[in-house]
Amino acid sequence: MSLATTTRRALLALAAAVGLGAGWATPAVAQAPAAAPQAQVSDTLQRILREGRLRVGVRADYRPWGFRNPTGEFEGMEIQMAREVARTLGVQPEFVPVVAANRMQFLAQGQIDLMIATMSDTAERRGIVGIVHPNYYSSGYNVLMPRNVQVREWEQLRGRQLCAIQGAWYNRPATERFGAEVVAFTGIAEVETALTQRRCLGWIYDDNLIAVMLADPSGRWREFHQPLASQSDTPWGLAVRLADVNGPFGRFMSGMVASWHRSGQLLTWEKDAGIAESPFLRRMNEAMRDHIRPQ
Amino acid sequence: MELIAEFFRDLRATTGLNFTIFYDPFDVARFWRAFLVTCQLAVASVVLSIAIGIVGAFGQGARFRPVAWLVNAYVAFFRNTPPLVQMYFFFFALGAITPTVPDDIGMEVPLVSNFAWALVALSLFAGAFNVEIFRSGIEAVPRSTVEAAEALGYSRLGAYRSIVLPLAFRVCLPSLNNNLVNLVKTTTLAYAIGVPEMLYVANQIWSDSLNVTEMMNVLLLLYIGLVSFLVWVMHRWERAMRMPGYGT
Repeated sequence: MSLATTTRRALLALAAAVGLGAGWATPAVAQAPAAAPQAQVSDTLQRILREGRLRVGVRADYRPWGFRNPTGEFEGMEIQMAREVARTLGVQPEFVPVVAANRMQFLAQGQIDLMIATMSDTAERRGIVGIVHPNYYSSGYNVLMPRNVQVREWEQLRGRQLCAIQGAWYNRPATERFGAEVVAFTGIAEVETALTQRRCLGWIYDDNLIAVMLADPSGRWREFHQPLASQSDTPWGLAVRLADVNGPFGRFMSGMVASWHRSGQLLTWEKDAGIAESPFLRRMNEAMRDHIRPQ
Repeated sequence: MELIAEFFRDLRATTGLNFTIFYDPFDVARFWRAFLVTCQLAVASVVLSIAIGIVGAFGQGARFRPVAWLVNAYVAFFRNTPPLVQMYFFFFALGAITPTVPDDIGMEVPLVSNFAWALVALSLFAGAFNVEIFRSGIEAVPRSTVEAAEALGYSRLGAYRSIVLPLAFRVCLPSLNNNLVNLVKTTTLAYAIGVPEMLYVANQIWSDSLNVTEMMNVLLLLYIGLVSFLVWVMHRWERAMRMPGYGT
């Protein structure tokens, strides 16, 4: 994490600690960078080309979409996408690690020009950043449970305890729609321990991540399965600043995503990352691929 | 009730302040349930920790020394380790070796719930401090008073119950008060093992509705309220037990 990020986080934490003071302190921190992008919005694409670098916000903690390998380099499906964008523009990619809680602010305030960070596309978020269409990925939630647990319907989970990560968006629908009792922990390690100690029936989690875990060659999750149908398939969107979304840069990014769907490149990257094929990517590829077969 | 919901819906529309815990039925239900869980956890752990304190302080003065050593070891262990670490220790380390029973779909259900583990951890943690607090009170009771009780034929337990403890209580109430206030605030640590108390549910609500500032302020006010209530009760108790000419 860069020094600037750390400093800003400390400032934000300080402001939050003062409680009501947060109301005054945050805008003061936010205004300075927010003013700059206003002037440059119209020519974000030109500026990227002029500077010869593309600043992309990516995840550093979300294997296999975006993570750091042991040598510290960024790796993963979304990193491949970002590199391809930079290659097409003929500029150098510059990766800025973001987390779910700050990714939209990073983009809106101009620290990054593009965000490819496992973000679900929701109406609320479209008001803050410019989400580019078509969507590049999609995921829902599912339950990882021990093989000796036999369930066929989500309704069977009513009143049962499910482990989860605190703050995940699907904790609420799991309770609201299926009556499951969610026991959420602060981190992944705690959830794994709780699940292996059978403190809960299963782990409610991103369905793609469950697929990645089940395919783990170490066989760590051999005793587990995913017997239910995934719920709430939600598309993911990469994002540019709100003002860019219908400008040259936003339109260019739309074209990039469309061409990836058409060529099936996303399916290839997904496979390279060791993720089970997502029905969404297959469907998009079916719809957009070249219908003229080379003779 | 509907009026309150209407007011907070309006507040959101006009000022952007989003208090979902007053108008969203799901959030209303889960937040006020969490408030109850916090109250239950606080009341139960306060009662248990006082009980541990009373018994522990008696054990410290036992003539059979191993009992005293045991109490001192307990105090040393629980006073010298952070409560969050104890919480994790109880839930993940001890929880792993407690028995489970399989239910109808093959899931093994642990016999001790996370709420129970939180209660045990909090009570033992605060209890260790209470032992020392009661000891300070007991040591303030003049030796001559204890001897007078012995001369009247009281057993050690009888003297402890009828003479030493009532006097000690009056001396140590202010510091007991301090420790119990701390205990009420420490109940928030139960969020780490997934007990749906206020901090845990507030965290979930602000992740869903992105209303961090509002929920932080709600939490702040509710804890001020809870602790003020505890302090008020303790002060009343202190007044009720006041003996003219004894203490201040």
